Amino acid sequence: MQQSLQNKAANESSNLKLKANSTTASKSKDGWYVALFLGPSLLLLGIFVFYPMLKTFYLSMFLTNNVGKATTFVGFSNYLSLLKNPAYLSSLGATLIYVLAVSALTVIIGLLLAVAANQQLKGIKIFRTLFSSTMGVSVSVAAIFWLFVFNPSVGVLSQLSTALHLPVINWLTDPTFAMIAIIISTVWMNLGFTFLILFGALQAVPTSLYEAADIAGVSKTTQLFKITIPMISPTMFFVLIVTLIEAFKSFGLIDMMTAGGPNNATNLLVYRIYQDAFLNGNFAQASTESIILTVIIAIFTLIQFKLLGKRVNY
Amino acid sequence: MPMAIELQDITKVYDDGDQPVLSHVNMSVNDGEFFVIVGPSGCGKSTLLRMIAGLISISSGKLFINGTQANDLPPKDRKLSMVFQSYALFPFMNVYDNVAFGLKARKMSEKEVKDRVDHALDMVNLTKFAKRKPRALSGGQRQRVALARAIASDAKVCLMDEPLSNLDAQLRARMRLELRDLQKKLGLTVIYVTHDQVEAMTMADRVMVLHDHKVQQLDTPINIYKNPKNEFVAQFFGTPQINLLSANFSNREFKINNSFSLPVRRQFDDGQYTIGIRPNEFNVEVTQKGSNARTREVSYLGDKTVATAEILDGGQIVRLVLNNQVDIAEDNLIKITGAKQFYVFDSKTGEVLFNEREANLNATITAE
Repeated sequence: MQQSLQNKAANESSNLKLKANSTTASKSKDGWYVALFLGPSLLLLGIFVFYPMLKTFYLSMFLTNNVGKATTFVGFSNYLSLLKNPAYLSSLGATLIYVLAVSALTVIIGLLLAVAANQQLKGIKIFRTLFSSTMGVSVSVAAIFWLFVFNPSVGVLSQLSTALHLPVINWLTDPTFAMIAIIISTVWMNLGFTFLILFGALQAVPTSLYEAADIAGVSKTTQLFKITIPMISPTMFFVLIVTLIEAFKSFGLIDMMTAGGPNNATNLLVYRIYQDAFLNGNFAQASTESIILTVIIAIFTLIQFKLLGKRVNY
Repeated sequence: MPMAIELQDITKVYDDGDQPVLSHVNMSVNDGEFFVIVGPSGCGKSTLLRMIAGLISISSGKLFINGTQANDLPPKDRKLSMVFQSYALFPFMNVYDNVAFGLKARKMSEKEVKDRVDHALDMVNLTKFAKRKPRALSGGQRQRVALARAIASDAKVCLMDEPLSNLDAQLRARMRLELRDLQKKLGLTVIYVTHDQVEAMTMADRVMVLHDHKVQQLDTPINIYKNPKNEFVAQFFGTPQINLLSANFSNREFKINNSFSLPVRRQFDDGQYTIGIRPNEFNVEVTQKGSNARTREVSYLGDKTVATAEILDGGQIVRLVLNNQVDIAEDNLIKITGAKQFYVFDSKTGEVLFNEREANLNATITAE
């Protein structure tokens, strides 16, 4: 017994010595391990993220030929000419309108649906499933669905207007209504996710808060603004920022529903980048536009982190 | 005494189940009374409280508040306040705003709100924490904020739903006293729900025991302890728990086994009964001679010794509380000679049939 204890002690002390040695001597060995673990992801990120980013920035400093080879270094003049280009500026303006409308509507409607689905009613589970169902719809399916809805001759909306003796709206051929149409479609696409997240947040609000408010005689509307919204504001803010960033990157619905038209009314930033690069072969301009978009999104992300840090402090 | 709250035949059935959550509850709470509803979890005590508050509907029966029927009155018109187990504080508001929350909804003047909140915070000694957010407070302080909110509402009846169960044991003991003090000082009528029999015993003027969706007993704490109406109530109150032993009655005695029986003066039908003996009511001798039990676990608690013993021949286990450090250890032979007091329960229904102490009292009274 005694002996085994001594042995143990001896073992431990030698272990300690080993450890002491390893900390000083094997820095380089550790480095190898680190490289081994980080290697695969660094490689993948390098090829598919970092290299394209740097290359895009590089291209935005040059003039390019029609296969995307850099020819002449021009510094920031691509940026300057772009910011003076009225077509680009109107595209930027349209994007801002689209992004703000989409994110505001998504959050407001998502909140209303979540509040409605949070009531204890019979059959409410059916609605919960319905409200979150757009999460499972792919962009192409959604585009086709909405094309049918907005179709001027066979569409549901135009038939409804005719039945009610209202003027038929040319949804996808009128510049203003085309924008409204893609805003509606995008909001609809976003609702599933937004609903699910907000509904989850609502369920986490303790019922005793509402019970206390009921007993104190606080009206349901006041409860919504004074209890529900403050309690889930961090989640709402998260959803808002995610929707905002996603809206900046919208491409699929636009491509399939309006292709940027009519008259460039729905030619949003990402779609313009795609057109400039792959239809017009102007890679330098597309790269410049990409960098500007990246900066805009980065600014919004930064705001998110700054504000989120402040809002979640209760 | 005027009745603040009265329940007549209150029953609650949820739509999706035919089994009532509560059936035929009758109770009345006097003005200024501290009324405790106690029972194990799932017995429907919180449901009952929420029905009184108007947070859930009453299936059948009548509820009276201050003499007027209140079954369909919305919660805000019932003139009562409620304190929750989870405190129900708004994490984004400071203490002052939390207390003022309900008052502002009542369109009270700014000054009156301030006066009431200041007074309420003063009552619970939280004046200097008015600007703090709830998360910067301890559990006990948070519960005091919730109390302040009830005080500020100026309601004469306060419903409390396990308000102390989120606190640690020491704090709970202190808050029990504080709560009772406050209730007396303000003349509040309190209906207090708990699963803790100690809380019920120490705080209540009267206790209602709920179990199995029904009222088991409604009485003062001392009466409930001394004269339990059935096995459940006898088991629920008192630590360590009462011993329930099965016994056979014949020849004017309850025979637990060959070496341990309890004689009674009253006649019972021959057959099987359940005998209830509180752990401190046994007469125990530490002796080898004629021993009928063997100790298993023994713990010395200073002023008393708590032990479990196995009755030889039959193997029923009993809990014993012995005074003044009786000199026994584990695995000692002891002799249980009898009990100072015991109860006889119907072995099927669990209803009390005979209460030895009462019987003795009655006997002496008639003898005089």
